[in-house]
Amino acid sequence: MVTWFLSYGLFNKLFCNVGGNRVEKLLRLENITKRFTGTLALHNVDFDLNEGEVHAIIGENGAGKSTLIKIITGYHQPNTGKIFVEDKEVIFNDTRSSYKCGIAAIYQEASLFQDLTIAENIYMGHQEVNPVTKSIRWRKIYNDASALIKSLDVDLNPRALVKSLGFAEKQLVEIIKALSMNAKILIMDEPTSALTSEEVDYLFSITKKLREQGTGIIFISHKIDEVMEIADRVTVLRDGKIIGTDKKENLNRDRLISMMVGRNLDNFFPRTRTKAGKTLLEVKNLFRAGEFKDISFSLKEGEIVGLAGLVGAGRTELGRTIFGVNKPEGGQIFVDGKQVNIDNPKIALALGIAYLSESRGEYGLILQMDITKNITLPILDKVTHFGCLNKTKERKIAEEYYNILDIRSYGLDQMVGSLSGGNQQKVSIAKWLAANARILILDEPTRGVDVGTKEAVHNLMNNLTKEGIAILMISSELPEIIGMSDRILVMNTGILTKELDRSEASQEGILKAAIITK
Amino acid sequence: MANNNFKNYLSGVIKRREFAVFIVMVVIILAVGLRNPTFLTGENWNDLLIYSSILIIVSIGQMMTITTGGIDLSIGSVLALSGMSVGIIMREYPSLHPLILILISVLIGLGCGTVNGLIISKGNVHPLITTLATLTIYRGLVVEVSQNKWIIYMDFTEKVKAIARGNIFGINNIIFIAIVVALVFYYFLGYVRKGREIYAIGGNPEAAKFVGIKQGNVQLLVYMLSGALSGLAGILWISRVALVQSTSGLGYEMMAVAACVVGGVSIYGGVGTVVGLILGSLVLGIIINALELIGIADFWKMSVQGLVILLAVIFDTVLSHRVLEQLRRQRRVFNVKK
Repeated sequence: MVTWFLSYGLFNKLFCNVGGNRVEKLLRLENITKRFTGTLALHNVDFDLNEGEVHAIIGENGAGKSTLIKIITGYHQPNTGKIFVEDKEVIFNDTRSSYKCGIAAIYQEASLFQDLTIAENIYMGHQEVNPVTKSIRWRKIYNDASALIKSLDVDLNPRALVKSLGFAEKQLVEIIKALSMNAKILIMDEPTSALTSEEVDYLFSITKKLREQGTGIIFISHKIDEVMEIADRVTVLRDGKIIGTDKKENLNRDRLISMMVGRNLDNFFPRTRTKAGKTLLEVKNLFRAGEFKDISFSLKEGEIVGLAGLVGAGRTELGRTIFGVNKPEGGQIFVDGKQVNIDNPKIALALGIAYLSESRGEYGLILQMDITKNITLPILDKVTHFGCLNKTKERKIAEEYYNILDIRSYGLDQMVGSLSGGNQQKVSIAKWLAANARILILDEPTRGVDVGTKEAVHNLMNNLTKEGIAILMISSELPEIIGMSDRILVMNTGILTKELDRSEASQEGILKAAIITK
Repeated sequence: MANNNFKNYLSGVIKRREFAVFIVMVVIILAVGLRNPTFLTGENWNDLLIYSSILIIVSIGQMMTITTGGIDLSIGSVLALSGMSVGIIMREYPSLHPLILILISVLIGLGCGTVNGLIISKGNVHPLITTLATLTIYRGLVVEVSQNKWIIYMDFTEKVKAIARGNIFGINNIIFIAIVVALVFYYFLGYVRKGREIYAIGGNPEAAKFVGIKQGNVQLLVYMLSGALSGLAGILWISRVALVQSTSGLGYEMMAVAACVVGGVSIYGGVGTVVGLILGSLVLGIIINALELIGIADFWKMSVQGLVILLAVIFDTVLSHRVLEQLRRQRRVFNVKK
């Protein structure tokens, strides 16, 4: 409290060394501790960042990565410890102060203005104005935006509205935004979650360019392979403490994993193949204008079919169509050998088809409701007698699936909105399981979750297939596709370009099928 | 073990929004009571409770519409239309049994609500726009139907006046009706499937669609119920004041919104309880009553209403930030545990 009061006065006229003299360390955190009532989020954390380096931070969910970032950006103030930017001690009272010191951050979920254009988003808050009339120089802004976009070799129209963009493109806009502010320290928090391999490579090439220019980049990720590729140094955080920091050359994947979880995870993708049963789902020449065409494949009991492809290839659209959210304009769908018309999700569910969407809040869960109510949402029929809900029955069913999926919360009554991402995912799955889905379409099921939860979800997928459930797994993570699928389908701009068995699959082969268009 | 459960239950209760409203209510009662002891008399409380009862009845309707993500701005007009219509019928046919009049009032309200519901669900017009329009249309009908003449005290039959003055099982009729309505809807919203669907539609319309809940049907139902409740309130209102004007109930829908907001109903939909609503209505009733005792003019009451809504929302925002922080911390604890 006192520190805040003093610092506000002293450091309000904060100035940061912008360019010029050589500095020892771009950023240095010394002995940082952060306490929230009852929890110690960070213990005596020391961290530093050099000019022109990519320093990665990895750790499980809850390790303290977000808190650390929030302290660097000024969103939170540490209880103890000091922060040095370009060797000068600073105290950030708010995020604005950290901007002034050249710190910019990009997060997993882009925080953009959906109804404004790309250029407006990029220059929001620092638009150039005519010094006399104070009006915004729009032409310059659109020109500058075009220039920045071009310098990164992307195809974006600065006048396009952000809401028309896909995940990856929104992420790009965020990066361009940071570039436009001449950030010296760029924080990337799980930037690759919604990107496919090609887009990740592209992001990395930009990161390397920035590194060459002397920018210091803090790269936070769960994805060890990416970290090993892009980072110069890696720091492992666990339970709020720094477990270790080392140069990439001295580290390897296994060592990192064991540092992160404190145990050896040698079975990363434990796919145990089940003997496939009868065909549950068959799709013939499915077509929807502008989304996909000529899609034919089948799905058998106990199988996991991986659907690979770039973002925008039409996989999600295909999933939604099979689930009845959209109607196919051509082709047929067969369930258990009989042709069906899936006009809406309710019919799909009655046939045993369920769809778990990419972003859990949007389609899957009602965040204001508790776990029990979310789990029983699709099966209100089963828990209703004469129009009235049988709460005991409801609770029993919810409890059953709560335990099966090992959902972590302080009770069945906890509001889903306050659960962690991984647990929300589990509630989503529990919901469909309770509805006796036999055909699960999982759209990016382990996006943005930590190593432990990922393993749990994969184990769950294995167990489900042992019970005869068929899974269509849409994933942009090649190792997951190769590791967990029995068969692999590759979609490319709306058509199926490759179908192969897991034994014949290679990352290169799949990638090729995903990006090369005839 | 049982003791622990009770403690958990208690701490669960305390954390809830409704408990905060309850505390506020107690504080206001004490404050006003100390200042003006007349406030605490049985007679005053009877008036207060009757006033609040009518508010509870319409607020339940309003709560349901807000919970589905909409709103019903026509409540005041529906109340007036049904009240005026029944008033005229009473004047022309004074021998009609009051229960029939109550039924007619409810039916008129139901009709108005159905029109709202159809426009919203079939016509796909936003509830705000729809009920804003019907607010004026129904109000216009009131003027038309009454030929702009009031129904005054003298026109009221004893039987109808008795609605507001009589007792059932020792409790005033109106209070009794409110209790019954509250119980019915408490059960409906908490234990009946359609009630659950109301929360689902408001919480995440897309997710509700995914599981086959038809938004149109739920909306139609909700506006029909709101209309019916406003109709019920209509005859209770006119019986209580023994007067029907073309301006009766003007702005009452906003009072209902205030009661909802104070009671913890989220303006964004998906959240709200009957208990909270009752407490909210009581708080508002107490404030209005207190203002009357202090002798404040009628038109200030509207300002107070606005102020109360504002304060309640500010309180909510501050509170929800603190609750979210707390939940985030708890989540951290759970993920750290290995």
